Amino acid sequence: MSPQPAPPSTETPLHYEDALLRRILKEVKTIAMVGASANWVRPSNFAMKYLQGKGYRVIPVNPGQQGEEILGEMTYANLADIPDQFDMVDIFRASNAAGAIADEAIAVADEKSIKVVWMQLGVRNDAAAERLEEAGLITIMNHCPKIEYGRLFGELRWSGINTGLISSKRPRMRAQ
Amino acid sequence: MERYQHRSYFIETPENESPMSKKPNQSGDMTAEPAPYGIETLAIHAGAQPEPVTGARNTPIFQTTSYVFEDAEHAADLFNLQTFGFIYSRLTNPTVAVLEERVATLEGGRAAVCAASGHAAQFLAFFTLLEPGDEFLSSINLYGGSITQFGHSFKRLGWNCHFVDPSDPENFRKALTPKCKAIFIEVLANPGGVVLDLEAIVAIAKDASIPLIVDNTIATPYLCRPMDWGADLIVHSTTKFLSGHGTSMGGALIESGKFDWAKDGKFPTMTEPDPAYHGLTFYETFGDFGFTMKARTVALRDFGPSMSPTNAFYTLTGIETLPLRMDRHVANAVKVAEFLDGHAAVKWVSYAGLKSSPYHQLAEKYLPRGAGSVFTFGLKGGYEAGIKLVESVNLFSHLANVGDTRSLILHPASTTHRQLTDDQREAAGAGPDVIRLSIGLETVDDLLADLDQGMSQAGKK
Repeated sequence: MSPQPAPPSTETPLHYEDALLRRILKEVKTIAMVGASANWVRPSNFAMKYLQGKGYRVIPVNPGQQGEEILGEMTYANLADIPDQFDMVDIFRASNAAGAIADEAIAVADEKSIKVVWMQLGVRNDAAAERLEEAGLITIMNHCPKIEYGRLFGELRWSGINTGLISSKRPRMRAQ
Repeated sequence: MERYQHRSYFIETPENESPMSKKPNQSGDMTAEPAPYGIETLAIHAGAQPEPVTGARNTPIFQTTSYVFEDAEHAADLFNLQTFGFIYSRLTNPTVAVLEERVATLEGGRAAVCAASGHAAQFLAFFTLLEPGDEFLSSINLYGGSITQFGHSFKRLGWNCHFVDPSDPENFRKALTPKCKAIFIEVLANPGGVVLDLEAIVAIAKDASIPLIVDNTIATPYLCRPMDWGADLIVHSTTKFLSGHGTSMGGALIESGKFDWAKDGKFPTMTEPDPAYHGLTFYETFGDFGFTMKARTVALRDFGPSMSPTNAFYTLTGIETLPLRMDRHVANAVKVAEFLDGHAAVKWVSYAGLKSSPYHQLAEKYLPRGAGSVFTFGLKGGYEAGIKLVESVNLFSHLANVGDTRSLILHPASTTHRQLTDDQREAAGAGPDVIRLSIGLETVDDLLADLDQGMSQAGKK
C-alpha cells in the first residue's frame, strides 16, 4: 500500500529486523494515519480498513477531511488536534512532506505518547529519520504496516508473495 | 460506517522463526541484508510451514474449490482486494500458494503466480503487460510451442512479436520499436546447446525501460538465477525439471519487484485505474508485487488457467530434490555429450557444456553448475538415420517433453517445431537432422549403450 510507487533507490538499502517489526505490530494499539483518504479505492483507505480489521484503532489525519468520518473514525487536520493518545504515526504522504510531519510528531510525542513513526512504502526521508531517532522514536521507512502485518502473521504468503520467512515451528492460532 | 473487526484470532509463529538468516542481526535498521539460506534448504522449506490447525508437517493438498467467508464484510473485503485471503481456487489455493512462494524464493523474486502450464504462465505475463497493438521482441532460440504462441495466437489478440537472432545481443537494440513493451528470451535455450548473453540483453532492456522476461525452464534456478543478472520477470514450465518426474503440468510467472512500472507511462495496465477492478491502481496499491497481483486477479481470474492443487503438491515434492537431481542430470548429460562427440556416426553435438561449444564461455558465466541436460545432435546419416534412431532406442523414451527422471529423445522437426517454416526451424536450431535429448537420471553407462545400439541400428541400410 503506497502513496506513490517507489523508484529503484540508490540510497543505502533499508533493512529492519523481523523481530522489531513484529514487536511494533504487537505493541501498537492506536495509529494516527496522516494522509488517510476517504476514497475507498485509495491505498491509504485499503490499509486503514485492513488494520482496523486486525484490531487497531486508526485515527485519520487529513486537513481536507477535517470533521468528517472515514471508516467510522473522526478525521483531524493535524496530529496535535487528535484528542486521544496514539502509539504510532503512519505517514501516507510524499517523501518531501514527511519531514514536517516527523517534526510535528516529535513536538507532540510526549503529550500523545507516540513511540513509533512509520513511513509508508515509497516514503523515505533519511534526515527526518535522524531527527526522529534522536527524539527517541522508533522509525520505519519505505514499508507498509498492512503488508508487514500480512507477511509476519501468515496472510501475505496466501497470495504467492515471498515473505522471506523460514520456520519448522507450528504456527499458533491466538485469540485477539 | 461502523468500525468492524472480522477476525477473532491471529496466526503467530513462535519467536525463533528466522528471516532467511542464519545469523540474526540485532542492530535494527540501516544494516546489510542478512546472509541467505542455501538453495538446498530453500528448495525444501521456502513457502511451507506446518499447518496451524492440525500440525501436518508436509503441505496438505487443499482439494477444495472455495472457502467460507467469516461474514459479509469479510467477503466484500476479499472481493475488493482489501484483505488477504482465499475466495475461490481459480485465484488462490493454499497448496498452490506454497509452490508460488517457493518458486519466487528460489528465483530470488518478490512474488509468483502459478498457472496450468508454462504456456498459460506466458499468457498471464503478456496479458498483464500488453494492450492490443503493442509489440515485443523475442529471441528466435525458443521452445517451438512458444514461437507458435507468439507468432500466431498472440497476433490474433493484437500482440505483435518480432523474432530476433540473439547471437549478437545488439540485434535486440536494432529491432526495438516505440511500441515494444518487453524482451523475451530463454538464457539456456530449447531445443539445446545455445546460451544467450544475459547481461548484455538486460542492459538493452534497461536502456529501453522495458522488462526482460526469461523463460528459465531448461536451466532451473539451481543452474541459473536470471534475476541476479537483472531480469525483471521469469516464466517457467514447472512441468519440466521443477516437478521433475513427468507427472504434473504447471507453469509459474515470477516478478522481481524491482521494475519501475511508472517510469515513463509505458504500462498503463499497471499505473492507470483498472476498470476491471473498480478503479484500483495496481502498482500504487501493491507496489513491488503489483504485477503479480494484477496477473492473478485480472488475467488468471478472467481467463482461468489455474494450477490444480494436486499438481502443485507433486511439483512441491519434486522441487525438494531439485538440487540433487540437477547435479545428476548435468553429470549424465556431460558424459552422454562427450560420448556422442567422439562417436563415428555423429556429425555434430550442440551442448554448451562441451569445451568445443561456441557457447562454452557463456555457459561458464551464467550456468556455473552446468549447462543443463537438454541438448541436440545430428547424425551423419541425416534425417532418415535420425528417425531410425528415435525408433530404435530402448531406454530413451520417444516423446515430447523434457526434464523427466527418464531420458527422452525427440526429432523436433517432426514434432515440437513442426508448425514452423523450414527457415524458422533452422533458425531455432531444429533443422531436419536434429535429434533432441533430455538426459535423465538412469545409470549413465546404460544410456550410452542404448544410444550406441540405436545408432548402429540406424546405420544399417
